[in-house]
Amino acid sequence: MRLDCKHVWPYLSDYIDGSVTAEERAAIEQHLEHCEICSAILDSVHNILILSADDRVFHLPIGFGDRLHARIEEELKKAIVPEKNSNGVDDGSLDE
Amino acid sequence: MPMATAEDEQSLIARILAGERELFHELIRPYQRLAYLTAISVLKNVGDAEDAAQEAILKAYRSLAGFRSEAKFSTWLVTIVMNEARSRLRKSSRVILESLDEPSNANEEFTPALVADWREIPSEALERQELSSRIEQAIADLPQGYRVVFMLRDKDALSIQEIADTLGLQPNLVKVRLFRARMMLQKVLTPYLKLHSSKGKGRFSWMGGKV
Repeated sequence: MRLDCKHVWPYLSDYIDGSVTAEERAAIEQHLEHCEICSAILDSVHNILILSADDRVFHLPIGFGDRLHARIEEELKKAIVPEKNSNGVDDGSLDE
Repeated sequence: MPMATAEDEQSLIARILAGERELFHELIRPYQRLAYLTAISVLKNVGDAEDAAQEAILKAYRSLAGFRSEAKFSTWLVTIVMNEARSRLRKSSRVILESLDEPSNANEEFTPALVADWREIPSEALERQELSSRIEQAIADLPQGYRVVFMLRDKDALSIQEIADTLGLQPNLVKVRLFRARMMLQKVLTPYLKLHSSKGKGRFSWMGGKV
């Protein structure tokens, strides 16, 4: 399997996730070996994923945890035991 | 990332259901960030996302007995948050709801931004405050159907199959949207990343942990 640049791009996302076949993987890597452009694109996509995954991107609002747990505490104080089951039948799935 | 094992979780859940309700705090703590990220992927607005995440977590508490031990707690929770966020979006939006089905530009050809090479160390790049804002904005600007898939995969670290189950989509469609979302972000964000010349080594070193 030989790939040119345009045909490599659609595989990059799956390649990053490791979800390409062995054959596709070999063809992609063979292409990347001598294609600076696609290698750079792969690097940039991958780096953008690392950046996006960083906790500093979409950081939690300040006080989020405190407000959440205060609300949970209120809910717990209502003394409503969680429903046994959404349809009212205990199927025992949580039994130990 | 959540640290508790599935067994720890199972026993926590069993104890909560048996009456040790206070333990719900402990059960939810590793997932509260996940809940928020899921909500903001749909609602975009910080305040709305916080409200929806809180409400969904309380709903999760109330229906905790409905949780099936075969499922992962994280995906179960994500589904509840997703439903809560989507129902709020439907109620609030005066504009026609941007569909989670095929985005309007689905047939455009996706071509990446061409770069000579890029060598900035990501964690250092984020020291630049404006870069994280740019990334957030770029993600927020994605069509909703792409944004949600991107956030679930690349921020919440759900698997393709889990995303497919959560959104009721075919796994292949999830993959296609993920690819397009990533390429769109690459195109929009690459101009803001610093270019470094390639030394041509260690190119695949980062693959180690992912594959």
